[in-house]
Amino acid sequence: MSAPHPVTTIDLAEASLRELNQTLHNAREGSFRVLNPRGAHAVACGIDAGISVEIHGSVGYYCAGMHQEGSVYVDGNASTGLAENIMSGTVRITGSATMSAGATGHGGLVVIEGNAGARCGISMKGVDIVVGGNVGHMSAFMAQAGNLVVLGDAGDDLGDSIYEANLYVRGEVASLGADAILKDMRPEHVRTLAGLLDAAGMAADPNDFRRYGTARGLYNFHIDDVDAEVARRAG
Amino acid sequence: MSGTGDSWRLRESYTFDRHVIAEIHRAANTGVYRIRGWGAKRKMPTLDDLVFLGASMSRYPLEGYRESCETDLVIGAERAARPLEIAIPITIAGMSFGSLSANAKEALGRGASAMGTSTTSGDGGMLPEEREHSSKLVYQYLPSRYGQNPDDLRRGDAIEVVVGQGAKPGGGGMLLGQKVSERVAGMRTLPTGIDQRSACRHPDWTGPDDLQIKIHELREIVDWQVPIFVKIGAARPFYDTALAVKAGADAVVVDGMQGGTAATQDVFIEHAGIPTIAAIPEATRALQDLDVHRKSVKLIASGGIRSGADVAKALALGADAVSIGTAALIALGDNDPAYDEEYRELGSAAGYWDDLQDGTDPAGISTQDPRLTSRLDPVIGGRRLANYLQVLTLETQTLARACGKSHVANLEPEDLAALTVEAAAMAQVPIAGTDWIPGDRRKR
Repeated sequence: MSAPHPVTTIDLAEASLRELNQTLHNAREGSFRVLNPRGAHAVACGIDAGISVEIHGSVGYYCAGMHQEGSVYVDGNASTGLAENIMSGTVRITGSATMSAGATGHGGLVVIEGNAGARCGISMKGVDIVVGGNVGHMSAFMAQAGNLVVLGDAGDDLGDSIYEANLYVRGEVASLGADAILKDMRPEHVRTLAGLLDAAGMAADPNDFRRYGTARGLYNFHIDDVDAEVARRAG
Repeated sequence: MSGTGDSWRLRESYTFDRHVIAEIHRAANTGVYRIRGWGAKRKMPTLDDLVFLGASMSRYPLEGYRESCETDLVIGAERAARPLEIAIPITIAGMSFGSLSANAKEALGRGASAMGTSTTSGDGGMLPEEREHSSKLVYQYLPSRYGQNPDDLRRGDAIEVVVGQGAKPGGGGMLLGQKVSERVAGMRTLPTGIDQRSACRHPDWTGPDDLQIKIHELREIVDWQVPIFVKIGAARPFYDTALAVKAGADAVVVDGMQGGTAATQDVFIEHAGIPTIAAIPEATRALQDLDVHRKSVKLIASGGIRSGADVAKALALGADAVSIGTAALIALGDNDPAYDEEYRELGSAAGYWDDLQDGTDPAGISTQDPRLTSRLDPVIGGRRLANYLQVLTLETQTLARACGKSHVANLEPEDLAALTVEAAAMAQVPIAGTDWIPGDRRKR
């Protein structure tokens, strides 16, 4: 067994964002601690290896954007687009995230211990998102695949124009969006949800959640054919 | 009176002509708007309404074969570690795998690469065949984010953030179920066979201030290696171009209303956006205002570019390069009279066919049906496209030399005159034989 890697500390009060991200992109392994992010944008975006990054303080837009393989932990809040288009690995924040958290994520796990704002999980394509608090309006808009788990409440128009993603909400849903419906919690869904809660380290009973998904009513244009009807009647 | 026949008494309504009547019948039968491909078919002011003045007593022309007339262009030299260098000022516009077959994407890559220019991915991710056969590939970053991933982002030679397109400024993509094959659906994470409508807005940014942060993020992810383009549908090109520059674009792509699409509502194609001839001068004016024109930010114009004359006129109006889509597909064999019988079986005819959305393309370009896609040999298609690009380049050089330019980028509005009042007002060049520019916006 090799010795554990020492933690590399990068202080954004001294180093530039470019230096930070280039260091993270060059690393293939190891642990990093980031100090004084002071709400900077694009912190730790584009990680592409199994490294682990701990950020102490709140971050701006697109923290851990297009994340792949490694893990990012933020002890603080995040602004728009946390872990947008995440492919794999994990991103976790102790505070709340504003808009579009986990947007278009293709895989991996995003855990938000606090609340998430509007459009959480918008256009998600396979990512799993677990939110300890509430999510804002238009969350999981056009969600294609993956799971959104909300321990609190969901805002208006949840799952509008949703495809095949599953939405699990423990609290109230203000309203469902177009083509989103309440669905049965079958045993496989309870199992999936239990696994996600476990992976996210959230203590909750899967049986307290309701599942929402697609009615598949918007999948194809409805085309009438009056002429065919007229022809049929004419025999 | 005799001899005139009944047909002389028939008068077709200008307001309700046969096409309008047929469309009302179609709408009444189906309850769905008309969806089609191609670009605007209506008559509108075009670059044809401009002429080059050529050299005269006060201008020296360059010798056609002996004197050089350069065509190269570098995009993003100021900010990107690997700027995009293209040999000719004509690029291939973004068209998705899904809307086009894999063979067609490969043919576009082969043709563009043979001429040292770039091709562009589309709404549906980067196709391996396309990357392999494109020496320079621009990777589009779209609202849908279908198949969007950091590996392909890093594999691109430039990144194009798509805000809109000329065929439908304000609208998102559309791909009807017939074309959503297993491979297409897999790349987009969608069920096969659904009528797929992509988002019209980006999911994680709104407005130019956010876009500035988004572009910064993309640069950070690719370690500032490649240039970033912003593509807009021509609507308010002066303001949109200025805001794209403010957001940090290395190139602004302005797509006029003649710009094509593989599928959208006919009402969108014909009634939204402004013509290319009107868009280029406005975008140019914004770049000049910011002192970046022909300098740090390049302008790529598209929408209805067909010939070297169009290319040269677009450059003279201020573009640094043009992009072609529809014309490139025609070069591959779209609307080939050889398939006329099959076009007629589809209720159309060679020269008219625009149903790129329905997956039945007899030329095998805009389809996923293996029986049809096999008709397009990507090697032959690539040669046809390369030949066509070669002709566009030679024609552009011919006109540039006649205007005394040793580089096509030296073409300027002063080389042009307009044949109509509309073209003069839109292009901001004088009507031929006068010094009159309607609504003159030049700085004096």
